[in-house]
Amino acid sequence: MDWLKLAYAALVVALLFFIYPAAKYWLRNSPKAERGDWQAFLLPIGLVVLFVAGLMWIVGR
Amino acid sequence: MNDPRLQMSSVAQTSVLATNKVLRNTYALLSVTLIFSALMAALSTVLHVGHGTSLVCSFAALALIWFVLPRTAESASGIFVVFAFTGLLGFGLGPILNFYLSMTNGAQAIATSMGGTAVVFLGLSGYALTTQRDFSFLGGFLFAGLMVVLLASLAGIFLNMPGLWLAINAAVIMIFSGFILFDTSRIINGGITNYIIATTSIYLSIYNIFIALLHLLGAASSD
Repeated sequence: MDWLKLAYAALVVALLFFIYPAAKYWLRNSPKAERGDWQAFLLPIGLVVLFVAGLMWIVGR
Repeated sequence: MNDPRLQMSSVAQTSVLATNKVLRNTYALLSVTLIFSALMAALSTVLHVGHGTSLVCSFAALALIWFVLPRTAESASGIFVVFAFTGLLGFGLGPILNFYLSMTNGAQAIATSMGGTAVVFLGLSGYALTTQRDFSFLGGFLFAGLMVVLLASLAGIFLNMPGLWLAINAAVIMIFSGFILFDTSRIINGGITNYIIATTSIYLSIYNIFIALLHLLGAASSD
């Protein structure tokens, strides 16, 4: 097996170990979303998706 | 002076001033570290740095943010750690940038990715700043999403599936866009009071959005 692939896999595993404590904390302690919070999040993310799709279309022409 | 309303107003004013200071310092440090990171990326491109060196830079950057930054973030030496961290990550971009520069339209993909990342970052930061909404409810969702993306990346390293990589890069852009909203709102609402930590978090979002966007645009330009 390619040593580079193994090294990249080791990096990803290290990242998982690095992120795990923060993920555990936020999964337990995230405040509940209030009315309208998800819409306020999905609106800009939807615009980001459209923007990226537009860029891909322009570059791929 | 003993009027409780006056005291509350004074406390609120102090809190707003502190938040503004964190925000100002974060954006100042972020802009300087982004320039430094770009210079290091240009240097590694010119030097034709290999994948091995890039990996060593990534491991070193991870070690800095994991073991050194938490101990130095409250002192001036934390600034040097942030520069070392962003410089290493920038230097590690060499092989990716050289790969795209060797493609037809590769330079255009890199330039478009840089511009696109800037638009996404400025747009989302502006949105979080103007709405003043608290996006801390996203914490669990974003970190869970990031764990899933990392596990999918682990599978993607060993499975040769271009479609999976495209999906992972699209998910990375959405998750780190969410992290920009999350981090900016935490700065505004006093959840992050250290500008060195704030800069590191936002830098990581920008860095990951740039790379994911570059992969998507590279794939689109080469069909």
